[in-house]
Amino acid sequence: MTKKNVLDEKGVERALIRIAHEIIEKNKGIEDIVMLGIPTRGVYLAKRIKEILKNAEGIELPIGSVDATLYRDDIGMKEKQPVLKETDIPVSIDNKKIIIVDDVLFTGRTIRAAMNVIMDFGRPANIQLAVMIDRGHRELPIRPDYIGKNVPTSMQEAVKVHLKEIDGVDEVIVEHE
Amino acid sequence: MKIKRKDILGIEDLAKDEIELILSTAESFKEVSEREIKKVPTLRGRTIINLFYEASTRTRTSFEIAAKRMSADAVNISVSSSSVVKGETLRDTAKNLEAMNPDCIVIRHFSSGAPHILSKLVKCPVINAGDGTHEHPSQALLDMLTVKEKFGRIEGLKVAIIGDILHSRVARSNIYGFTKLGAEVRVAGLPTMMPYGIENMGCRVFYNMEDAIKDADVIMMLRIQLERQNAGLFPTVREYSRLFGLDAKKLERAKKDVVILHPGPVNRGIEISSDVADGKYSLILDQVKNGVAVRMALFYLLLGGSRE
Repeated sequence: MTKKNVLDEKGVERALIRIAHEIIEKNKGIEDIVMLGIPTRGVYLAKRIKEILKNAEGIELPIGSVDATLYRDDIGMKEKQPVLKETDIPVSIDNKKIIIVDDVLFTGRTIRAAMNVIMDFGRPANIQLAVMIDRGHRELPIRPDYIGKNVPTSMQEAVKVHLKEIDGVDEVIVEHE
Repeated sequence: MKIKRKDILGIEDLAKDEIELILSTAESFKEVSEREIKKVPTLRGRTIINLFYEASTRTRTSFEIAAKRMSADAVNISVSSSSVVKGETLRDTAKNLEAMNPDCIVIRHFSSGAPHILSKLVKCPVINAGDGTHEHPSQALLDMLTVKEKFGRIEGLKVAIIGDILHSRVARSNIYGFTKLGAEVRVAGLPTMMPYGIENMGCRVFYNMEDAIKDADVIMMLRIQLERQNAGLFPTVREYSRLFGLDAKKLERAKKDVVILHPGPVNRGIEISSDVADGKYSLILDQVKNGVAVRMALFYLLLGGSRE
């Protein structure tokens, strides 16, 4: 197995700072934004973006988590049941701008499921998508609004985002079998 | 970790890590019931049959709500309005239900072992919702979830189960479950209510309620089955209530952070007094709330993955 480092600690930090500023620019401020991370690493990424936004704009955004497991389209097709994680949407999302945060965007199916979860909680003004890595191979018409880094991959490769909070180190690596 | 079995027939068959998986999955499902739209599409298009040969409100409603919150179609069959009154055997009922291609059958039966027979007759998963005096696994799982939520653990706790142990499937399932998770289980009741060889299940036997509850963390009161009053288990209801009913006076001997469970339906003033049943130590309604989450978890784990 070969490993390739595509982002180091500094690279992860720079990418998050850029995403935060693109969020401010695109939304002309950050009022009415709610960030929802996809467990596990999307939630930590959302927390970090929130801190950067707080320093830049002086506003503390509400953040939460969306577990899309129960809305997946492959339930019953996989050999084992995916483990459920936490869904916690702490505020009303009606007429809010929702930013979904995830570590790696791949087929787009998780994001489709996450959007369905969100729609069951209310009617947001819009939904945007921020990802650390876009690795391609989309199977649905889904496109991220904010991208940390585009990493073209083959299907034999796995993209791993490691974060200090759980993995002890900030880095993005591509593994090839 | 996954559930490798086809059916949930009893806690006796379950390994410790399977019980823990069910409990942690159930914890995640509690949040779904607190949403404004209390429904997830997970089991869309699946059919779940509730086959109840015995009266039940709590358990049947709980299974039905759990199925509906998972978007499955729940069909309830109660015996009083089914072909069973015309003399149909369990085997024929099973084969006929199977012909309609259900994805899961939940069965409550007055005979111990009926769910096991059913599970051999049908291809779909079978969940035991109480069979005779044998087991009531989903009840024990919701009891364990309620206790785990309260104390953050089960290992090392002392659990006192009080009442007619001999006829109680709830007691049997809970003894298996709490012992497997490392709790100390005590049982107390009249000698006529103690099954032969109960010590071999790993619990301590008491014939005096005060001793059993003295330093217990959990007191589980069983419903006294008034329909068995003529079976000669106890002289009078009043005497039973005085010896083994839980009231404020007996509770004074218990720990200050004790919790009280009861599987329902409660006979107020017999096995538990009203002030205790409604008091601050009682978790009776938390049990009911957790029941839906536990049953959602069972459906998810049995139907959500494919078993080759």
